[in-house]
Amino acid sequence: MTAPIDSLAKVCGDVRAAGPEDGVLGAVPRLVAAPATVAEAAEVMRAAAELGLAVVPRGMETRLDWGLPPERCDLLVDTARLDRIVEHEAGDLVVKAEAGVRLGDLAAALAEHGQRLALDSPLPGATVGGTVATGSAGPLRLLYGSPRDLVIGLTIVRADGRIARSGGKVVKNVAGYDLGRLFAGSWGTLGLIVEATFRLHPMPAAAAYVSTVVPDPAAAHEAVQSVLHSPVAPSAVECAATPDGIAVGALLEGVPDGVTARSGQVNDLFGGGARVEQEPPAWWGGYPDGTTLIEITAPPTALAHADWLTGSATWSAAGRGLLGLPGDLTPERAAETLEGLRAALAPHKGGAVVRYAPEPVRDALDVWGPVPALSLMRRVKDQFDPERRLSPGRFVGGI
Amino acid sequence: MSTSLARLAERFTALLGPDGVITDPVRLRTYECDGLTNHRATPGVVVLPESAEQVAAVVRACAAEGVPYVARGSGTGLSGGALPRTDGVLIVTARMRRVLEIDIPNQRAVVEPGVINLDVTRAVRADGYYFAPDPSSQQICSVGGNVAENSGGAHCLKYGFTAHHVLACEIVTPDGEITELTADGPGYDLLGVFVGAEGTLGITTKITVRLTRVPETVQTLLAAFDSIESGGTAVSAIIGAGVVPAAIEMMDALSIEAAEAAVSCGYPPGAGAVLIVELDGPDAEVAHQFAEVERLCRQAGAFEIRIAADDAARALIWRGRKSAFAAVGRISPAYLVQDGVIPRTALPRVLGRIDALSAESGVRVANVFHAGDGNLHPLVLFDDAEPGAAERAEEVSGAILDLCIEHGGSITGEHGVGVDKSRYMPRMFTDTDLDTMQMVRCGFDPAGLCNPGKVFPTPRLCGEVPGVRKGVHPLVEQGKADLF
Repeated sequence: MTAPIDSLAKVCGDVRAAGPEDGVLGAVPRLVAAPATVAEAAEVMRAAAELGLAVVPRGMETRLDWGLPPERCDLLVDTARLDRIVEHEAGDLVVKAEAGVRLGDLAAALAEHGQRLALDSPLPGATVGGTVATGSAGPLRLLYGSPRDLVIGLTIVRADGRIARSGGKVVKNVAGYDLGRLFAGSWGTLGLIVEATFRLHPMPAAAAYVSTVVPDPAAAHEAVQSVLHSPVAPSAVECAATPDGIAVGALLEGVPDGVTARSGQVNDLFGGGARVEQEPPAWWGGYPDGTTLIEITAPPTALAHADWLTGSATWSAAGRGLLGLPGDLTPERAAETLEGLRAALAPHKGGAVVRYAPEPVRDALDVWGPVPALSLMRRVKDQFDPERRLSPGRFVGGI
Repeated sequence: MSTSLARLAERFTALLGPDGVITDPVRLRTYECDGLTNHRATPGVVVLPESAEQVAAVVRACAAEGVPYVARGSGTGLSGGALPRTDGVLIVTARMRRVLEIDIPNQRAVVEPGVINLDVTRAVRADGYYFAPDPSSQQICSVGGNVAENSGGAHCLKYGFTAHHVLACEIVTPDGEITELTADGPGYDLLGVFVGAEGTLGITTKITVRLTRVPETVQTLLAAFDSIESGGTAVSAIIGAGVVPAAIEMMDALSIEAAEAAVSCGYPPGAGAVLIVELDGPDAEVAHQFAEVERLCRQAGAFEIRIAADDAARALIWRGRKSAFAAVGRISPAYLVQDGVIPRTALPRVLGRIDALSAESGVRVANVFHAGDGNLHPLVLFDDAEPGAAERAEEVSGAILDLCIEHGGSITGEHGVGVDKSRYMPRMFTDTDLDTMQMVRCGFDPAGLCNPGKVFPTPRLCGEVPGVRKGVHPLVEQGKADLF
């Protein structure tokens, strides 16, 4: 009988036994395969299906410790060698890249043509595949959305090793189901993302960050609302807890004259005395400190009552908050904090999920909180992965 | 009427009252087609529910009887997505027309599916907001229909499609359960795939839409060119300069001629193409970019540029464009509207090939398109009194779609696949691609009763169907599939 490593080595040029450093939240795989092409990735997945191996994809590991550990992890599929920018037709403002391309490298290639993928992920080392699989976005989400809104075509390898595409390379396209949106934020549980095609935007000629500091969430809410309902059309509006109070800032992008004029307008809306900078303020767009990260989703007005926006925390006017909990917080206290937060967000129809946490904390909490439509999600999962071999247990409701 | 339909009609009357159910054959005929009139089927029964609970009850009853059903909003779709089934139930949302909530601070509104697209904007305009998706049928089309079709419009180049403007949908699943799909909750983005699934995954009963701030300034110009080629050069130059217009629309000589005949839009005489460019946003941005657009149009050879000085002048510029489809009726007894997409950079090549197709076949083609995103709407003209003309027009129309696919585009940019284009899907997607999409459908609707026969040319069998089922699988019954 052929050993799994030999079966895989027949179809993929880079297969090795896994070591402890390949563990995913403590689940150490037996094997690591790094396919270099989409076809090779498909062969790897087909072999994994034949061998009944549980598969977890890995990009640059920027968010591999997010979510829950896989219940089983036999084979880690590393996308590092899927690193080609397949097609960039500048005149069409579209780029197709393999899953292992890093966002930073992609940005550099696009910048040469005065273009960008409007995803200012806080982790520029992250890959295309990982960013789509985790649905990650930064402050620009306010104007440009998240991967679901920017992916116009997706190539996946199914659990059975077949290659499937949806969408295409034109922005306007309603032919067939949009699997790009389904796979965005699916955490490797539906299939292996191998290529993504994105719509691009022109790089703005000028940008300015206009920021101020206010005493409390109510005042931050007032400042944010004033900008959102004004005609200045910000690309992003962010808040962050700082030692001096809550910093509130707006990013304005456009032509130099326009940005100058609009910066003046935002300064007026902030009551004067705002800082205007070309570079982002230090608190802008990162993940807050802490060993546990909670991500909050709620409508913009939830900010007015965001008593949690203190310590290590940020709020994005797109309706996202991030709260970092310190390492010395006991699991019990962390769980209480999370439940308190969920109770406070419930009247706003908001929710909170734990992105990462030390194991004892993770074990003490309900990571995802209530999940509407969970039974439908399970049924979709059953269709894509009937044997439950793709990142099992990583996602909501044990999916 | 079959016995199961008769039983259902009785059940529906108990659920919805007699005026919520239509069984009279003459009245049923009203619903035999949507905006695509060459596909017709008189529905078995029509119901007019007023609430999500009623929709759910109707769906549950259909599921129990194994009877297919189709949802319909205003019936303006152009791909036969709401084509009824003679052996099924048509669920019309016309009585679900309440705007339930307007929440300006959070820039959103909650509406029922039958609410007319433009009525959302009307409800919030005074607050300085609007609902961005603007399909040309926006005065009559419903938001529920927009969700099903992921509707776009002339301004989606900058603002995106319905999928980008819907935050949540309450839906009735094919099991008859009421549940909510959201864009940002934990778990799969089922909302993202539901929007644009053409009513095959369930029926939406409540929609939370995003409201967009009315821009400070809107500037519109009309530029006239000798030829489509020079118009196309201007489009490339504008996009290449990093401008993202709210809209860029182009019309060729034949469509200009039609619009002139219909609405006397007074476009510059002798134009081989006109380009409408609209910019919106903050004053200072628009002023700068507008000057740039004007310069680029002149550089590309525009022989006349008109700038709208006010809303009335803007409406005049748009009048020709907006009337174009209907206007073609003035210069041709009959016509087909095609909807295909190509990468913008392929515009000159593809338009050249369409010209050649037209010359070879003797079939006239008028071109109207959303030039900014490469969405073509060729109007294929024919005389329906002439034997064989309709078939020739169909052939040319199909050949245009092949051109779109050949150049890496799509068979539909905004009208949807419906029944009209399902046969073209295998030209754009592999069997595995289509099979994979249908895994989603099997997850939502294993029995295949929710708007069956749309989007996909061949239905996928879903294996074990959960729950109690009566009789034979509907696909087997129709001879479309075998159970193994």
